[in-house]
Amino acid sequence: MEKMVNIYLYGKKYEVPSNLTIINAMEYAGYQLVRGVGCRCGFCGACATIYRIKGQQELKTCLACQTKVEDNMYIATLPFFPLVKQPYDIQKVKPSEQIMMQLYPEIYACIGCNACTKSCTQELNVMQYIAYAQRGDLEKCAEESFDCVMCGVCSSRCPAGITHPQVGLLARRLNGKYLAPETQHLLDRVAEIEAGDCEAALQDIMQKTAEELKEMYNNRDFEK
Amino acid sequence: MYTNEMLESIKKVEATREARLQAVLAGNHPRRMTAEEKDQVLLENHPDHIATQFAELTIGPNKGEKVPLELAEILQANPRVKSGDIDLNNIDYDVDVLIIGGGGAGSAAAIMAHENGANVMIVTKLRHGDANTMMAEGGIQAADKPNDSPAQHYLDVMGGGHFKNVPELVYKLVNDAPLCIKWLNDLGVMFDKEEDGTMVTTHGGGTSRKRMHACKDYSGAEIMRVLRDEVQNRQIPVVDFTSAIEIIKDESGKAAGAVLMNMETKELLVARAKTVVIATGGAGRMHYQGFPTSNHYGATADGLVLAYRAGAPLLYAHTLQYHPTGAAYPSQIFGALVTEKVRSIGAQLINADGEAFMYPLETRDVCASSVIRECRRGNGVDTFDGGQGVWLDSPMIDMIHGEGTIEKRIPAMLRMYLKYGIDMRKQPILIYPTLHYQNGGIKIGKNGMSDVENLFVAGEAVGGIHGENRLMGNSLLDIIVFGRNAGINAAETAKNTQVAEKLTLSHVDDFVKEMEAAGIQTDVVSPKLLPNYTKQKSI
Repeated sequence: MEKMVNIYLYGKKYEVPSNLTIINAMEYAGYQLVRGVGCRCGFCGACATIYRIKGQQELKTCLACQTKVEDNMYIATLPFFPLVKQPYDIQKVKPSEQIMMQLYPEIYACIGCNACTKSCTQELNVMQYIAYAQRGDLEKCAEESFDCVMCGVCSSRCPAGITHPQVGLLARRLNGKYLAPETQHLLDRVAEIEAGDCEAALQDIMQKTAEELKEMYNNRDFEK
Repeated sequence: MYTNEMLESIKKVEATREARLQAVLAGNHPRRMTAEEKDQVLLENHPDHIATQFAELTIGPNKGEKVPLELAEILQANPRVKSGDIDLNNIDYDVDVLIIGGGGAGSAAAIMAHENGANVMIVTKLRHGDANTMMAEGGIQAADKPNDSPAQHYLDVMGGGHFKNVPELVYKLVNDAPLCIKWLNDLGVMFDKEEDGTMVTTHGGGTSRKRMHACKDYSGAEIMRVLRDEVQNRQIPVVDFTSAIEIIKDESGKAAGAVLMNMETKELLVARAKTVVIATGGAGRMHYQGFPTSNHYGATADGLVLAYRAGAPLLYAHTLQYHPTGAAYPSQIFGALVTEKVRSIGAQLINADGEAFMYPLETRDVCASSVIRECRRGNGVDTFDGGQGVWLDSPMIDMIHGEGTIEKRIPAMLRMYLKYGIDMRKQPILIYPTLHYQNGGIKIGKNGMSDVENLFVAGEAVGGIHGENRLMGNSLLDIIVFGRNAGINAAETAKNTQVAEKLTLSHVDDFVKEMEAAGIQTDVVSPKLLPNYTKQKSI
């Protein structure tokens, strides 16, 4: 028999098996979830959660699908947080410090408290990537923020009202579009396709009988 | 943390590792199966071949065909709404193009419909971006390197799908692949590149060329968050926490909107549109045959139910993909995806005795069947609640490519296991097949339209592109190629479509009559919308 623990969902006590994640524990307790649940694998950021262990002071943050329950855990989910998202035209913006100043000027109000980093459910160095954004180092900001699942916990803890996930996303898009090196082989192939150079081979293989295709498939050469 | 029995088995894996590693470094991989061996392992072990798990449909466009029991149950179920339950003249949303589903396919369709001048709206039952796209880890295929070609890609796709794929759809898939990579790149997706811009590409199961492009092991997440951002930048309306529960038609039988339901208040709403795109994704949360799933919480085959009731035939709805490497342990991540990329970059599949029992990059159906067979033969490792698994020897990755490779190229996997005290750089991980992908779905033509006029389909809800088995990296590709395609054609068709004078749900009433005539009596209501896990110990 699995050991049972007591947890408090929005303050109300439930007894649940100790090996469950917070999401599973909420369902075990009887919740039919609509909000605060998503991919259940740690990628979508829908299940941002705040908790505190009885007797301790510190408020901790996590993804409910990636965290096991603990005895005497007080749990409150954060299914929505009103983040700021500034619209922009990716074709027109320039990959510079200016764009950050223009769209997310509050990043310069960062007081360096590091609450964002401490709260990050992905254990990213959030304050550091905001620092990179401040000085216009978009490449580093993009790299440092890459594993962000945009759960928004960092912003919920920020005294300066910074929308960290959006800053990281902007930096990544600018990096991907403008700063990362161009891929010549991709441009070449696209040009070939648009010029119709790949058409004959495709038409030819589409005309093969099932038997001919099978023969070709079973005798393919493989790139090492 | 592993049990003592597992640690004993790990010793056997470690005992053979050096010899296996040296063989791989010398270019000697475990042998690939012959075509006959593949056929045999599939027939004897693949869940698609267990006849008792399938039921014959007795009504609807695919009457007489077999589909999984759980799918038959929701395809032939009671609708949530019938004529008279709602006033269709009371229109809440009026658009050119209505897109049902806020994942990768729906977002790509929305962007292209918008680009082509349509007034477009997305409706999604959870949040925008809550979708299987977000969870795709390994990568996206495209034949964009000099040693590769769309024709070579075509051959791999057809063979992987057992030559059942619809040729004109495969043509579109492979021909548009490089164009779509460029489109994503130009939207700002951060692909893994060498310093000179060359794409870092690897093999996937069943590929003959290294054409798997990736964004670490957050490939789908990176694509999804960029597409979502682009939808937001264009200020395309997204109505979230609202499901579509029935297609609405006009009097001539064309799709002309959908009945929507607020997931929280249950309020019913009417959306009128000139064209409709179903981009509702897959069905992992149906847990076919009791399998765990790597899928998103909302993957309940809603689109198939909606389309079926509207009269659109399905194609290959009997074939599902069981991903060979779902997490088998620990219980908290049971069924979660362990990306194929772990094998692409060198991890081998090893049984309880430390033996590499197969070539690790066979196609997914063959690979999953082989893992199941290995466990049936008594060569698996016991996990929990009577389950089994085999080892995926992840420490080989850093040994082959150098220390730091796992951290750099599959950080999500490393993070997922570290949370449970397992360091995959040092210890192998336990895997077993997990329900991953709906190979079949709604039949479409090359313009993306189903057999119901003005009803388009894109993404995992489509059937036929991948035949009976999809290759890794062709799903992220498919959602972009066919999402864009559906968006463009839905916008184009909308231009030549008059606003429907009168909306109707008569097809739903007809379906109910057909159920009654066939003697189907059931309490089941569909679309299912969400799974129910309340009071369950595990999923």
